[in-house]
Amino acid sequence: MVLKEFKHVLRDQRSLFFLLAQPVMMILLFGFALSNEVKETKIIIVDHARDEVSKSLINRFEQNLYFHIVDILPNENNADEIFKKGIAKLIVVIPANMEDDLKHQYKSTVQLIADASDPNTAAIVSTYAGALFRDYQNELLGLVKMPYEIKVEQRMLYNPQLISAYNFVPGVLTLIMMILGAMMTSVAIVREKELGTMEVLLASPIHPLQIVLSKAIPYLALAFITEIIILLLSVFVLNVPIKGSLILLLAESILFISTTLALGLLISSSTNQQQVAMFISLVGLMLPSLIFSGFMFPIENMPLPLRTISNIVPTKWYYNIVRAIMVKGLGIESIWKETLILATMTLILTGIAIKKFKVHLE
Amino acid sequence: MNAIEVYNLTKTFGSFTAVDHISFHVTKGEVFGFLGANGAGKTTAMRMLCGLLEPTSGEGKVAGYEINTESEEIKKHIGYMSQKFSLYNNLTIRENIRFYGGLYDIPKKELKQKTDELLERLGLTTYADKLVESLPLGWKQKLAFSVAIQHNPEIVFLDEPTGGVDPITRRQFWDMIYESAHNGLTVFVTTHYMDEAEYCHRVSIMVDGKIAALGTPNELKKLYETENMDGVFRKLARSAKRNE
Repeated sequence: MVLKEFKHVLRDQRSLFFLLAQPVMMILLFGFALSNEVKETKIIIVDHARDEVSKSLINRFEQNLYFHIVDILPNENNADEIFKKGIAKLIVVIPANMEDDLKHQYKSTVQLIADASDPNTAAIVSTYAGALFRDYQNELLGLVKMPYEIKVEQRMLYNPQLISAYNFVPGVLTLIMMILGAMMTSVAIVREKELGTMEVLLASPIHPLQIVLSKAIPYLALAFITEIIILLLSVFVLNVPIKGSLILLLAESILFISTTLALGLLISSSTNQQQVAMFISLVGLMLPSLIFSGFMFPIENMPLPLRTISNIVPTKWYYNIVRAIMVKGLGIESIWKETLILATMTLILTGIAIKKFKVHLE
Repeated sequence: MNAIEVYNLTKTFGSFTAVDHISFHVTKGEVFGFLGANGAGKTTAMRMLCGLLEPTSGEGKVAGYEINTESEEIKKHIGYMSQKFSLYNNLTIRENIRFYGGLYDIPKKELKQKTDELLERLGLTTYADKLVESLPLGWKQKLAFSVAIQHNPEIVFLDEPTGGVDPITRRQFWDMIYESAHNGLTVFVTTHYMDEAEYCHRVSIMVDGKIAALGTPNELKKLYETENMDGVFRKLARSAKRNE
């Protein structure tokens, strides 16, 4: 029975390729293309001052990895055009007489014009530029002694470089599990119903639970292989280490896979058509998983009703667990609550699924 | 000896009575046609006989086992072929045979031998490792039937086994059925081809969840004064109150 299911899965090479290639693609896409980091932002400097200070500032921008100076212009009159054509994302305007102002009035104002059509990038780029000016200011302060000084030192714990991979590796992992566990299992079971083979199986002495379990096992195996591929990729290609215990991570994954299998079974018992099963999985599982896991949108920022809903989405808990283990290196003592919630959900879902499956047969 | 006996078998879904107190028997080695319009309740009745569905009331025996209490035993002693032929398209012919054999706990050695015999009998030995996908419909149907009876069941249930198949292949298929019946297999078949009903030893016609007529094709034709089974069926179907 199980052997036959493995053969099914392996024979269907197109979907097998899809299943194995998808996580790799997702990881690489998120890793290199959709990064939240801003590197080599194109900027234009408008230098009204042309003095020692402006020269040393431009020098700083040149040396900074985050910026790439496209051009140095005499005025900022065609800022609009620059942004529209996408020539640069940020214009730095250094005022005339900057050196004089600093020396005699001890202050000077630099203007940053950012293209906020992409607000995130604009905010990040402006912050970086601001930091650069602050550094310069601190250096000047070093020369001219000031009696008091308050320095703000930021430390980003667990992910000091704010690498986005820390965020999306657990996210992709969660999504793939959901697809494999819930969607593929439900589609596979419903396919048997469509073919009419389910009836024959049920009319045979094989126990219905046995049928369902043997359907699930190949996908379980596949989900596990995929998880290992994702972890290998993230450690060796994206340099995201697994800080916590690997065994704990895999154990929690098995728990989550059972949750998704229960969900898949539940879906399969509510429809007789593959397409419907696919549709329910996509709309009913993938979207809530994306939205409420905290992977794409921070849950803390959601209004209360949505935050409440997020609590019943299993992906949220698994996502938190994976992040806790992988990124923070925490042990079972700090994630027992999430584990317990996930386990309870799995039990309840399995209960409902089995009951519904039995009723559905009649 | 009777292969199937049922008394007042009833199944209700809520307030809807799908099968309404039906009683009949099928003797061993008989080809029994189970006819009825769509929605008349024949699928529900058949599912109860196969142990897939629990009756609301009534009792009966299939292959000597109680419908109400011994459905697991029944499953071991019957074969079932659904209207969609239910073979796995992306498994080979040999794999399909062995898979279904495996469901009925046929010992491995015996299964291997039986598979080879079956392949030879069907003339499919050279195609054994081809995917079922590539078989013509008529062959699929013959294969599905052979697979359904490879564990030597006492009764085989055929649910509209000839849908979408050309007349010549249908005729060949019925030859297979006769041959098996001759060897002692009881065949319980649903169909809506009235010419096929003529091939059955006895037929029953269900209307609105009840058995409206039961007898040999000749008896029924005489009773309803028509030339063929189609006429019998039309006369009975006219009285139906239920729609599709």
